[in-house]
Amino acid sequence: MFNEVFKEKVNEIITRHNSDKKKLISIIQDVQKEYHYLPEEVLIYIADTLDISHAKIYGIATFYENFSLNQKGKNIIKVCDGTACHVRKSIPILNAIYKELGLNDEKNTTDDMIFTVETVSCLGACGLAPVITVNDYVYPKMTPEAVIELLNNIKKEEFR
Amino acid sequence: MIISNYNDLVSTANKYKESLDKQTKKVLICAGTGCLAGGSLAIYEKIKSLIKKRGLLVEIDLTKEDEGIGVKKSGCHGFCEAGPLIRIEPYNYLYLHVKLEDCEEIVSKTLIEGKPIERLMYFNNEKLYKTQEEIPFYKRQTRLILHNCGHIDAENIQEYISRGGYKATAIALNTMKSKEICTIITDSGLRGRGGGGYFTGKKWSQVLSQDNPVKYVVCNGDEGDPGAFMDRSIMEGDPHKVIEGMIISGYATGANNGYIYVRAEYPMAVNRLKIAINQALELGLLGNNILDSGFNFNIHIIQGAGAFVCGEGSALTASIEGERGMPRVKPPRTVEKGLFECPTVLNNVETFANVPIIILNGSDEYKKYGTSNNSGTKVFALTGNVVNTGLIEVPMGTTLREVIFDIGGGIPNNKKFKAVQIGGPSGGCLTFDKNHLDLPLSFDSLKSVGAMIGSGGMVVMDEDTCMVEVARFFMSFTQRESCGKCIPCREGTKRMLEILEKITSGNGSLEDLQLLKEIADTVKNTALCGLGKTAANPVLSTLEYFYDEYLAHVKDKICPAKICKGLSTITIDPNMCKGCSKCAKSCPVEAISGTIKNPYVIDKNKCIKCGACIEVCPFKAIKEV
Ligand SMILES: Cc1cc2nc3c(=O)[nH]c(=O)nc-3n(C[C@H](O)[C@H](O)[C@H](O)COP(=O)(O)O)c2cc1C
Ligand code: SF4
Ligand code: SF4
Ligand code: FES
Repeated sequence: MFNEVFKEKVNEIITRHNSDKKKLISIIQDVQKEYHYLPEEVLIYIADTLDISHAKIYGIATFYENFSLNQKGKNIIKVCDGTACHVRKSIPILNAIYKELGLNDEKNTTDDMIFTVETVSCLGACGLAPVITVNDYVYPKMTPEAVIELLNNIKKEEFR
Repeated sequence: MIISNYNDLVSTANKYKESLDKQTKKVLICAGTGCLAGGSLAIYEKIKSLIKKRGLLVEIDLTKEDEGIGVKKSGCHGFCEAGPLIRIEPYNYLYLHVKLEDCEEIVSKTLIEGKPIERLMYFNNEKLYKTQEEIPFYKRQTRLILHNCGHIDAENIQEYISRGGYKATAIALNTMKSKEICTIITDSGLRGRGGGGYFTGKKWSQVLSQDNPVKYVVCNGDEGDPGAFMDRSIMEGDPHKVIEGMIISGYATGANNGYIYVRAEYPMAVNRLKIAINQALELGLLGNNILDSGFNFNIHIIQGAGAFVCGEGSALTASIEGERGMPRVKPPRTVEKGLFECPTVLNNVETFANVPIIILNGSDEYKKYGTSNNSGTKVFALTGNVVNTGLIEVPMGTTLREVIFDIGGGIPNNKKFKAVQIGGPSGGCLTFDKNHLDLPLSFDSLKSVGAMIGSGGMVVMDEDTCMVEVARFFMSFTQRESCGKCIPCREGTKRMLEILEKITSGNGSLEDLQLLKEIADTVKNTALCGLGKTAANPVLSTLEYFYDEYLAHVKDKICPAKICKGLSTITIDPNMCKGCSKCAKSCPVEAISGTIKNPYVIDKNKCIKCGACIEVCPFKAIKEV
């Protein structure tokens, strides 16, 4: 996966941030935008290029929630379980999605890599709780029934 | 074009105002996150194209002579529950729940003929509210900070300037000394809106008095509290106000660089801030020699990477420096050694937004709002089980009752009010019985009852909420978000969560309540940073005000709100059961018995609550209660 083309991209990102160690988080953020996750060999490459320890870059990549060391599905569904959504019953929505896609809190990506389901602690649209996003597009006032319909529509698109 | 001093700014503002006045009618379509989710962008495009087709569209940049209609995307109008929202000036009509199909009528009837469309307006108790200002939700608020939110195109600096924007910056930079500004801010009594309520003027004076030549201003836009979106709405709806506050802060303390740390979940806030910064740079309101005052100031945006603890000051600066966002022991305090080891002003988004208002009107005028030790207004995110959810602003000292029942419109679906959770994971749950509802909201009053204003999230809960479950919910949040640096927080939150899980699953005992309280007290007193120190608040406040509910869970083994799975029972409704026997066949432990065509029954003592019977019943006669 980590071929010359990608290496060039990573180099370009590092140079854009002036090879500055203090910009490490921005560098990893930009790299993740390219790959959608952080493959181990890429992290090691960045560490070696910036001359920082593998432990340190691993520490940072695992500390922040938005970094992922695992590959994610094509459609990322975020179910908000913030306070506002929680009191307006977000968990039944999550359970409906899990059931429909055959996932659970340990296995959150479908085998065909079409869906990844995550819970988040607030999407900032609390006035319209409960809220979910699919690839950052916000769906307000969700119900278990509506979410199943949404999933079916996405599936139809995917398998057309 | 460069604006070079106060007079220049005033004449520029007049010029912009003149050109804006050519828009004799204005349509403000809410493009806040809530309304966007409801499809407001498509509505914006449609209305714009309809007006364009009629040749009536006037863009403010054009020096067109004719008058016409202006169509704009604005920041959050606040009344999120009723979105997508559209405000139409000069009539000040507010249209709610607007759909794409309504656009033609809005254009032909309201914009051309000037007539209201009543079915899109706010109706309550058989009364029609035509203008936005009459609606009780708005009428009872005092919108100082949110003055522009929903009223201007947030991506257009000309609109901001035409409404008095950057005047405060010009006054400060052209006519005042650093120390003078610190004094005004101190006199105003402004306290930080990020949660702690530290006096802003005091903080600035401390930074000013440091003799390090390099200093920084940091704006905390992390807003990690679930249920809070005030800072987001300000950054999206009125970004220039925050920028102004930062420039003035830099000038008042001797800092030439500012950083805004925005959480990654807020891409639109980042985008609007970037646009605003570039526009301010172009007009010479940011950058070198601002307004010919000799003062230089630049602002950089940093995106967070998803760690709640990064909202804490020392963790936030560590994160900007490219490290793990872990709090450190203080002293040295941020005002002495903050970002890159230099003296740093660190304030919340809303705190900065207050600054231009104070400079413009003076501290005495500002102090007219609020209470003696808590001046000004506060923006709250009102959410949960309340009729009018949204973004509200009230003077400090307003009571919870006014907020929840007058502005919020009370509890929906004829349910009873149970509690209100204030201040997110650091806050507490307040309730009806203890006269909490008549408590004037302020930093000091909330602290006295074990809650906190925090960032201003206010989640209303009705009778169907289980307070033990709520405590568990917050503990699971803080447990997950603990950075793990200190043992009381890392281990304590984990143990508290385990105990709460034990209780909600029906296995708790009286001793567990005792232990829970002990751990909570220990963590509160020994954790390193605010996250750990306040993590126990939801537990302690529910233990204090809802002890009965805990007792019901551990002694009677029931969950009064019927939320906790482990404490529910599964029963068959004899009126709905047709006696098909499907449930009995599916039960793995033979807990169901009966005779065909008669209602079946479940033996509570045998049932393991697996739920299998619920699924198979074709008549939906089996329920968990
Ligand atoms: C765990 C934790 C999270 C915090 N999150 C935020 C936040 O999201 N936004 C904020 O302004 N302050 C937050 N604070 C408070 C900041 O540490 C700091 O007190 C505040 O930004 C100072 O600004 P102010 O004086 O204007 O309130 C947090 C504190 C803690 C302990
Ligand atoms: S109290 Fe919690 S979040 Fe704060 S430093 Fe200790 S472990 Fe980290
Ligand atoms: S919930 Fe499971 S154990 Fe209980 S009665 Fe139904 S099928 Fe039987
Ligand atoms: S709590 Fe769900 S969007 Fe804020």
